[in-house]
Amino acid sequence: MAPIISINNLSKTFRGADGVNVHALEGINLEVQQGEFVSLIGPSGCGKSTLLRIIADLVQSSSGSIMVNGKSPQQARKDRDYGFVFQSPTLYEWRTVLKNVQLPLEIMKYSKEKRDERAREMLKLVELSDFESKFPWQLSGGMQQRVSIARALAFEPGILLMDEPFGALDEMTRERMNNELLSIWRKLTGMTVIFVTHSISEAVYLSSRVVVMSPRPGRISELIDIHLPRPRGPQTRDHDDFFHLTNKVRHALRHGVGVTAMGIGE
Amino acid sequence: MATQEMRAARRAENPPADSGRYRTLFVSLLLVVLLALVWEGAKAFGSSVGYSLDVGGTPIDLTIFNDTQLPHLGDIFGSFGEPAQRNGAPLYQMLIESGLYTLWAAFRGFLMGGVIGFALAILFAHSMLLQRGLLPYVIASQTVPILAVAPMVVIWMGRMGATEWSVPMIAAYLTFFPVTIYTLRGLTSVPATALELMQTYAASRREILFKLRLPSALPQIFTALKISATASVVGAIIGELPSGIQSGLGIAILNFARYYNQSPPRLWATILAAGLLGILFFTVIAVVERLVVRWKAEVSE
Repeated sequence: MAPIISINNLSKTFRGADGVNVHALEGINLEVQQGEFVSLIGPSGCGKSTLLRIIADLVQSSSGSIMVNGKSPQQARKDRDYGFVFQSPTLYEWRTVLKNVQLPLEIMKYSKEKRDERAREMLKLVELSDFESKFPWQLSGGMQQRVSIARALAFEPGILLMDEPFGALDEMTRERMNNELLSIWRKLTGMTVIFVTHSISEAVYLSSRVVVMSPRPGRISELIDIHLPRPRGPQTRDHDDFFHLTNKVRHALRHGVGVTAMGIGE
Repeated sequence: MATQEMRAARRAENPPADSGRYRTLFVSLLLVVLLALVWEGAKAFGSSVGYSLDVGGTPIDLTIFNDTQLPHLGDIFGSFGEPAQRNGAPLYQMLIESGLYTLWAAFRGFLMGGVIGFALAILFAHSMLLQRGLLPYVIASQTVPILAVAPMVVIWMGRMGATEWSVPMIAAYLTFFPVTIYTLRGLTSVPATALELMQTYAASRREILFKLRLPSALPQIFTALKISATASVVGAIIGELPSGIQSGLGIAILNFARYYNQSPPRLWATILAAGLLGILFFTVIAVVERLVVRWKAEVSE
């Protein structure tokens, strides 16, 4: 089966304010199959968010090739092939919870009945049905982020791109959100998720594959398959393999940083 | 310690919106009372020293505190009930009529200025070229004193047979500017991620304008409208001065200034009426704002 996302020798260079080029990404090769849950993890400056934004066509690559759903990222964006969840919930404060979830549906010209139906369905999925007429400021941070997930899923995209969506939440809320995300992903069979995080345990807990990245220049240093049994739950974290896999990711991260820091990366 | 926490918890549960509002009301009433005390105090002091004070050999003229220059507050308020002209209707009636006349001109100017200001802001928000090219002139237009422009507008509108629009035009000249500046700022200061979200939906510029830029700019637009509302009253009053029109607060101010020595309180009462008119217009906009910008009503504390 053709991969959902296929990235070939991709690189991205930013021109810094001082005129010096910054190599945000270099020589990226990655294939993601349909239905995978892939996490991008790495220290800040490794380009994980940039890579996600290139997939989303919010940033353009400098060289190499990238295909999303067999098309250019721009075409995929125009075809509304993906939903995007930002680190901040980015809800529109003048819209109620329900209206926020309906925003993409309005733009995509869904009928009024279809909009109501889809948005209510999504709010049920993230368990916020009782809050549909509230304004964003009346919700906690975790609830706001759930609304933004409902919004990203409202138009049934095949791909969900998430940029450190739970980074601003406390540990307990984050673990609860992880479980909710997994149950949503399980319900929406066939959905591909690309998830950017800097939490090792979050990456291992959620993913079917973890992409470990290293900085300066941003590159992929290791791909680690996560064969933990599903459905995952609190017992997953007690699993011996969970412990081994988090260690493996930790070592890969340390290795990636260490090598470049010693200057023998090339 | 415990009581402090309890108080904090109680505050979190029901924010002290009401007590805050009462406190504001109390402070503004206190200010009015203080101002009145200073006013009458200055008069009493001036009268007690014969309107002249000797400071180290130099006499200081205090006649500005006499009853002609600074009438008693009681006389000013009393003048509302007295005839404006000999054997005429009471002053308050005349001020209401003039006030409504001026308000109507101000309102038309406010609408005209609002529409022009708004259109310019939308244009500037969508074209950097137009913004760079035209915004300096928009700013320069406000450095030209309105009193210098007003007679020209009166002459032009007279030539075009639209005399009744000269005062609104002058009011519009003052009102379009804040609307342009604030709306432009509102339209262009949208958070980057809010815009990126629209990009991920492949939204058109039109959808971005109506579903993101405009609603997010509403608070700034209302700030502009509140400023414009008061400015339109000022513009209308100034516009009446060279207009040759026979009604309106501006004309009343001119007339009462001419006959000031006969009855000083009348001019003061008219100034008060002009101030009230501006506050009235401002309040109307503020009420509309509360109805429209509902999502912020409770956070603005």
